[in-house]
Amino acid sequence: METRRGARMVIDPKVRQVGFVTPGSELGRPAAPEPPGAAAPVPVVANSPSPVIIPLLLIPDTSSLRTTPLPVPSPPSRRVVAAPPADDSMPLGSYNPSDAILGSSQGSSERTGNNDKHGSAPTDSLADMSLSNASTLAIRLEGLNVTNDGISNVLSTSTVRSAVAAAPTSVEHAFQTSSGQGIIGSVPAVSVDMAAAANPQAGIDPRPMPLKDRTSKAERRAIQEAQRAAKAAAKGVGTDIAAIADGNVANEVKSSKPSSQKKGLSEKKPAVFSDKKPVVSSDKKPVVSSDKKSAEKASEKDKRKDIPAPRMQFDDEQRVAKAKRRSLIEQTEAKNRVELFRHLPQFLHGTQLPSLESKFFHEDPLHPHPSVFQVGLQYLTREIVGGNARCIAMLMAFRDMINDYSTPMEKTLVRDLTAKINSHVSFLITCRPISISMGNAIKFLKTRIASLPVTVSEFEAKHSLILEIDRFIQEKIVFADNEIVKHAVTKIRDGDVLLTHGSSCVVEMILVRAFELGKKFQVVVIDSRPRLEGKGLLRRLLGKGLHCTYTHINAASYAMQGVTRVFLGAASVLSNGTVYSRVGTACVAMVAHALGVPVMICCETYKFHERVQLDSICSNELGDPDALVEVHGRKDVYSLRGWADSKHLHVLNLMYDATPADYVSMIITELGMVPPTSVPVILREYRKVPYVM
Amino acid sequence: MGPIMKFQVVVLAGGMSKKLFPLVSKDVPKALLPVGNRPVLSYVLELLEANNLKDLIVVVAGEDAAVRVGGWITEAYDGRLHVEVAAVSEDIGTADALRAVLHRLVVDDVLVVSGDIVSDVPLGAIAAAHRRKRAVLTAMLCSSPSASTAEAISSTGKDKAKKPSPIDIVGLDTSHQHLLFLASGTQVDKDVKIRRSLIRVVDQMEIHMDLMDAHLYAFNRAILQEVLELCQGIKSIKQDLVPYLVRSQSKFGAIASGDTQTEAVGKTPNKDDSGQPQTPMQDIVPLPQHILPGVLHPASLELTCCVYIASEGKYCSRVNSIQTYGDINRDVAGELVFLTGYTVSNQNNVIHPTAEIGSKTTVGPQCMVGDGSKLGDKCSVKKSIVGRHCRIGSNVKIINSVVMNHVTVEDGCLIQGSVICSNVHLQERANLKDCQVGAGYIITANSEHKAEALSKREKS
Repeated sequence: METRRGARMVIDPKVRQVGFVTPGSELGRPAAPEPPGAAAPVPVVANSPSPVIIPLLLIPDTSSLRTTPLPVPSPPSRRVVAAPPADDSMPLGSYNPSDAILGSSQGSSERTGNNDKHGSAPTDSLADMSLSNASTLAIRLEGLNVTNDGISNVLSTSTVRSAVAAAPTSVEHAFQTSSGQGIIGSVPAVSVDMAAAANPQAGIDPRPMPLKDRTSKAERRAIQEAQRAAKAAAKGVGTDIAAIADGNVANEVKSSKPSSQKKGLSEKKPAVFSDKKPVVSSDKKPVVSSDKKSAEKASEKDKRKDIPAPRMQFDDEQRVAKAKRRSLIEQTEAKNRVELFRHLPQFLHGTQLPSLESKFFHEDPLHPHPSVFQVGLQYLTREIVGGNARCIAMLMAFRDMINDYSTPMEKTLVRDLTAKINSHVSFLITCRPISISMGNAIKFLKTRIASLPVTVSEFEAKHSLILEIDRFIQEKIVFADNEIVKHAVTKIRDGDVLLTHGSSCVVEMILVRAFELGKKFQVVVIDSRPRLEGKGLLRRLLGKGLHCTYTHINAASYAMQGVTRVFLGAASVLSNGTVYSRVGTACVAMVAHALGVPVMICCETYKFHERVQLDSICSNELGDPDALVEVHGRKDVYSLRGWADSKHLHVLNLMYDATPADYVSMIITELGMVPPTSVPVILREYRKVPYVM
Repeated sequence: MGPIMKFQVVVLAGGMSKKLFPLVSKDVPKALLPVGNRPVLSYVLELLEANNLKDLIVVVAGEDAAVRVGGWITEAYDGRLHVEVAAVSEDIGTADALRAVLHRLVVDDVLVVSGDIVSDVPLGAIAAAHRRKRAVLTAMLCSSPSASTAEAISSTGKDKAKKPSPIDIVGLDTSHQHLLFLASGTQVDKDVKIRRSLIRVVDQMEIHMDLMDAHLYAFNRAILQEVLELCQGIKSIKQDLVPYLVRSQSKFGAIASGDTQTEAVGKTPNKDDSGQPQTPMQDIVPLPQHILPGVLHPASLELTCCVYIASEGKYCSRVNSIQTYGDINRDVAGELVFLTGYTVSNQNNVIHPTAEIGSKTTVGPQCMVGDGSKLGDKCSVKKSIVGRHCRIGSNVKIINSVVMNHVTVEDGCLIQGSVICSNVHLQERANLKDCQVGAGYIITANSEHKAEALSKREKS
């Protein structure tokens, strides 16, 4: 791992080193190169900070980590790795500004200035609030307790402050008044506090844990979740708490202090409610527990609301077992999975299809709608591949499903249909993990369902949903592709040599269109095993009469010479400009970059995602390892046959890789051609008025 | 609750079969011919039931036969299956029979099953293959039993085999998923003609002789209806309809440009594209069709004919000749006994508890004896099936044979490789070898028959 990173650094010193890096290598570059473009276009709207800023805060933390003599440094460094993907558990494709805030650990100085409406303004004032103001605070609280988030922030801050100030009486007084009138509003606050109080502990906990060699994925997951909840709690609170909530417990003083604060708070609060006596603690235990219960419930609810279920980690045996029980397909997990990729689903190929087929006619509560079943089958057998195709097929299947849908008795359409979509999506996921673009589409559909007015009749609701789906397909995919083609064609000049990798339908449309416009150019199709998708593209291009060269990716460096443009498709573009695409793309882009050939990524904006991903490990898809073992038409290549029996061999067939933004010259979207640094802008500006509403 | 997964099932139970003369008579239509002491049709119905397909349309040729079949079904499957029995006139082809029930088909796809299949293939797999390819036609192929026994037949002599069971010539693509050519051996005289245009489109085609069309098809309902209505000349599914669809597929070609849709089969009906996004602008570049055949442009659904090849372990066979009838009976009594649902004894045979067996009588493995049958002393039953309420005297040898219900066999008879229908009377010391005896026939004492088909009508 280390050597690889190092090697990459040699090739391209611009690469941000955030992934699997020891703190030491980080230290030399304190101000992580923040592309100026990210901040430049929209400097003021700190509401949704551009995700590129995230590493900024992490790096000082790691450096401080390094200075503090911690028993085992592994968890913090893991934290560094895990922190960025914390974002990825956000609802796919949603663009929720508050989530974005959670994801970033920005200083309050930037944020509180113009933060979201209810949360920050009181916080800000609270920061300077003297104790005498506490009663006014209570009044404020009453006014504010309509909004859960806002109030929670306010309460937590206020209590923290009060604990620090160690003058509890007046604060307590304030609480009395507030709790008397606004007790409903304050419950969530308590809950959040509880969560917050629990979380620093969880954040600290891992320190003894690493003693047993390594934390399991599940544990790390739990920690991460806890920390996320902590972030939710700390939303709108000052920097220090946010930083702690971020999980960086490196600075011992720092970490211990707020946690004690919070502990004090969590203990104190019930006291406030119950016996109205300043702080001291002995007779409040039962109250704590009862309060805790309700608080926990509320916090559970809150959590569920704020944080969507994290992606399934397939090395978590319990969850896998649970998911299996709920799944229609019986699947056997593959043995000999590659260690680093254990969290990704991998099943023995060939076991799923028969099981699915045998269930074809069976009546089962899990049984999906026929159209969805069909699409699932087609995913499973790779009959439908490619981001757009899969997305359209899924949407059309959902369209059919909605068409046939009728609300059962005593249920509301909104809830029941959402649940139905969820179960269908999980069915599709068992067939093949869904892509980011599909996630976005699902998110879109669900928002549409959720935003249906209650009064609307079932027929109208279905009709409007169907229209919405059609519109999505039309606008976000069909028209978008046309626009991309229009933009991209302008970049093709006579005499160009264009290179592409694999088979992207947009790129194909571009090439064909340019050819139809009479441009004279050559195409180099780079292909890679085992899927050899380029052959299909090549065949179609040749059928149209284009002049093509075909080669495999191992000849990329040679083939790149003389190429004037590289056009590549993408499965997704992430907000740090990383292009997530068919495996091999990164390699092609890197070679092109090294030789100074411009790399154009063609991607519709519905595939954009605000996730930040720095490597292709956290989220990826594993293909059939046997596909690497067998070479079609080469019976003499058999040395790997029976590899599954060997304990010492792991075969890894990755489906996607992440191309760093540095290799990408330009991303061609339907909104125009933008540099990769502008992806957050698109995400922010065009998702705000999304295809929703 | 509508049909599950939008599939409807049509069982073509047939009526009288000339090939099975003299086993099939007016009293016993082909569907009710006992195989392993159960009507053939029950195997199909149970296969369907096991696959949760409970709404069936059974088409029977001939009014009388329909009444009989319907009566039997209601008796045997009352409450378990919902079966509509439709009668069509005799002497019409299978496609005509299908045409007769066409108006009852409403959902997306139709599974057409021949009533004489004995099989344990998973129907879900066929349906799934059909669906995921969006095929017009999916035919099930199974490895042909005749391939292995063909030499055996020819070696045992021409007198026995009426005809070598027809060999299907199947053309597949290299992935073994698409059906490119199908001709049954009976149609082919000497040469198989394959059009060059087909080869041009598909590059490679594998010709298989070892596969047999199992007469189990999944059709796209809309196209099936259109074809059957447009082309009244299509009489038989196997001989006309399937080759027609396969041929028109190659005109469109899985790869060839799919714009020539003015073919007779042509236009796939534009089902429910009311809300289909219509491109308003003219200069829109359509998405390449290959990315989504038929999803974005349902009107341009390609005609593809697919196959599902039954896996090795699965059994599939049809009762369509005397030869196969005997084979299947033996198989059912032997390794396929699980299909019948009977419990197997330690001796690897099935003897109904009410059957009485005399002293020193041996019933070998892979035999069946139905309820109420009486076997006398010193009999020997080997690899045979004895039906219900038979009375068999002593010193009788039954080898490799099928004896149906209510048969009386007197002392000292020898039955080898024969099929004895119901109510036959064999008088003392009759000797039958490779014979088929029609229902109600009386064989006189001491007579000897070899490779004959004996039936009442013949006699009268």
